[in-house]
Amino acid sequence: MMARKVLALNGDEAAAYAVKQCKPDVIAAYPITPQTIIVERLSDFVADGELDAEFISAESEHSALSACIGASAMGARTYTATASQGLALMYEMLFVASSFRLPIVMSVANRALNSPLNIWNDMSDTMGARDCGWIQIYNENAQEVYDFTIQSFRIAEDHRVLLPVMVCHDGFVVSHSTEGVETLSDSEVDSFLPPRTTVYPLDVENPVTIGCVGVPEYYPEIKYQQEVATKKSIQTIKEIINEFNESFGRNYDIIEKYQMDGAEVALLTIGSASGTAKDAVDEMRAEGKPVGLLKLRLFRPLPVEDLRKALSGLKAVGVIDRHISFGSMGGALNMEVRAALYEMRERPHVMGFPAGLGGRDIRVEHFIKITEELLRIAERDVLEEDYRVVGCRGPGCIGP
Amino acid sequence: MALKSLPLHEYLSSGHRLCAGCGEGVTIRQILKSFDEPPIICNATSCLEVSTTPFPYTSWRTPWIHPAFECTGAVAAGVEAAQKALIRKGRKKKWDVVLALAGDGGTYDIGLQSLSGALERGHKFVYVCYTNDAYMNTGIQRSGATPRAAWTTTSPAGKVIPGKTEWQKDLMKIVVAHDIPYAATVSPSYPMDLQRKMKKAIQADGPSFILALTPCPRGWRTPPYLTIELGRLAVQTCMFPLYEVENGQYKITMKPKRKLPVEYYLRPQGRFRHLFTPKTRHDIINAIQAYVDKKWQEIQKLEQLTQQ
Repeated sequence: MMARKVLALNGDEAAAYAVKQCKPDVIAAYPITPQTIIVERLSDFVADGELDAEFISAESEHSALSACIGASAMGARTYTATASQGLALMYEMLFVASSFRLPIVMSVANRALNSPLNIWNDMSDTMGARDCGWIQIYNENAQEVYDFTIQSFRIAEDHRVLLPVMVCHDGFVVSHSTEGVETLSDSEVDSFLPPRTTVYPLDVENPVTIGCVGVPEYYPEIKYQQEVATKKSIQTIKEIINEFNESFGRNYDIIEKYQMDGAEVALLTIGSASGTAKDAVDEMRAEGKPVGLLKLRLFRPLPVEDLRKALSGLKAVGVIDRHISFGSMGGALNMEVRAALYEMRERPHVMGFPAGLGGRDIRVEHFIKITEELLRIAERDVLEEDYRVVGCRGPGCIGP
Repeated sequence: MALKSLPLHEYLSSGHRLCAGCGEGVTIRQILKSFDEPPIICNATSCLEVSTTPFPYTSWRTPWIHPAFECTGAVAAGVEAAQKALIRKGRKKKWDVVLALAGDGGTYDIGLQSLSGALERGHKFVYVCYTNDAYMNTGIQRSGATPRAAWTTTSPAGKVIPGKTEWQKDLMKIVVAHDIPYAATVSPSYPMDLQRKMKKAIQADGPSFILALTPCPRGWRTPPYLTIELGRLAVQTCMFPLYEVENGQYKITMKPKRKLPVEYYLRPQGRFRHLFTPKTRHDIINAIQAYVDKKWQEIQKLEQLTQQ
């Protein structure tokens, strides 16, 4: 029990194992590829008596999240998992969960959206849900999935935060790839994550009305308070990550730097593509090219100040999105990074590279091509295109 | 049990903003009178929800939650599951009855899936559907509960099409098909029948379902003082028979001494006005009568068939 074990787990199993150790009271979920392994494992844990939780096999993701809302409002530690269409079906309830300030934790195994039907990885699902008031954490590998699933409960339930958290990992690339994961002992998790305490649960002794009508005379203040809470949560998230690092010998941050010393251009990545990009950076560095990498872990709330700090002094940044926001400037991450930097006096050129759509591999060569383009932009000090789609057959695209 | 012996508590306080003569207000008050202790209420988006909770006011003296329109069954399931877990783990002391409240739109139509899922999974809650036969909250649009020929703003009595052309969905059959321990229809016009059924619903070992017909003066185009009378006429014409299904066994709880023609129910209501003016549409009225007779026969047969 006490010793830390290294277990062979894929990303989904890592999430399920972490959730088990977090001792949720209620799990409500619906199967969807590539998340299904999570709910299968959790069902096993419950059926084998290893996890004392109510498991609701909901008849849809909409109902799964609705049940989580009911359960969380009662004061239960509540968990769900989904992907793709499932998250899209939940969309309406996502806003309700965050506005109710319910600390629900949801794993998302990122997957492309229909149509055409595609079960493979991209981030159209969670990026499309970026304005729903949930905290969004993106993970690179199974170890991070494990560590941040545990931290997500702590973040969500912190009374300074009280917001639901999406803890995301790329479908198949992470969800179905088995790695060695250093797990914490149950008692270590217990000490890091105390039982949930509630503020205003549904309680007959102290009846509260949750989910009232908010007329124009009150609605803006309620939304403003939600915005303030979400922005302020960045500080608490940093504190919790630091505590986790110190307690368990990890080294996480909300933006992670790789080979940034002396870098003139940088790749800004999110999720599992970061690993491949790091290999590309190593190759380029070996050739003496001044390139580094920044991995964004926290997309909501967007750590605007940290981004400005991390990107200042660079000549060009390539933002790797794993989705397209149709008809604009590539992906949401590109647009938001550009917006964050706009008011800086000395700012790098920022170009978007939507890549790896619908499970198309992003390879080292792609990142090398992107970097070469960034070096050209840096040299000429001119940005000619807002974005180029990567790994795609088509005019103007960087080919597969 | 007598009317005078009902508890004095008012879990739904006065001063709410439901219309004068609203059947929902009367019905929910009666429903809540059947509880000895306050239930935890999960409410769907509806007239009842908007009229009782305009922030910063609330009419509810019970814990009450309204997340959205179509998910009341699922929300109640979550509340129930949380209670089970919290009591088992010693973090909650006593079981509180979970009461789901939803209108006909939130039950017959958009909420049918979440209700069905929750019934199939066997969560222990009482689900009350208060039907006023249309989407009254958005201004009288047809729903699966709207009766044949009724005028609504989306089934207008036009020059060619005389109101809704389809029959009302038989929700009770759908609910009963889930083999839940208890299901019943109630009317605020028969308060003691309602009390008896609610007591059974609360005590049922598993999900229970109550369908309440709640006349709507705005949507039915009737004066507020006719609400209770119309509830009575719905039962006496067998447009809305009062019955219960207890562990599969049907029992008609209110057999009209003299079954009245449907016209008695239709004529006072403005939503059926086009059946009587400018000329009487005997064809439609007769079709409704035949349909009601058939359904009444059917339910009597079911009562015989399932009797032990």
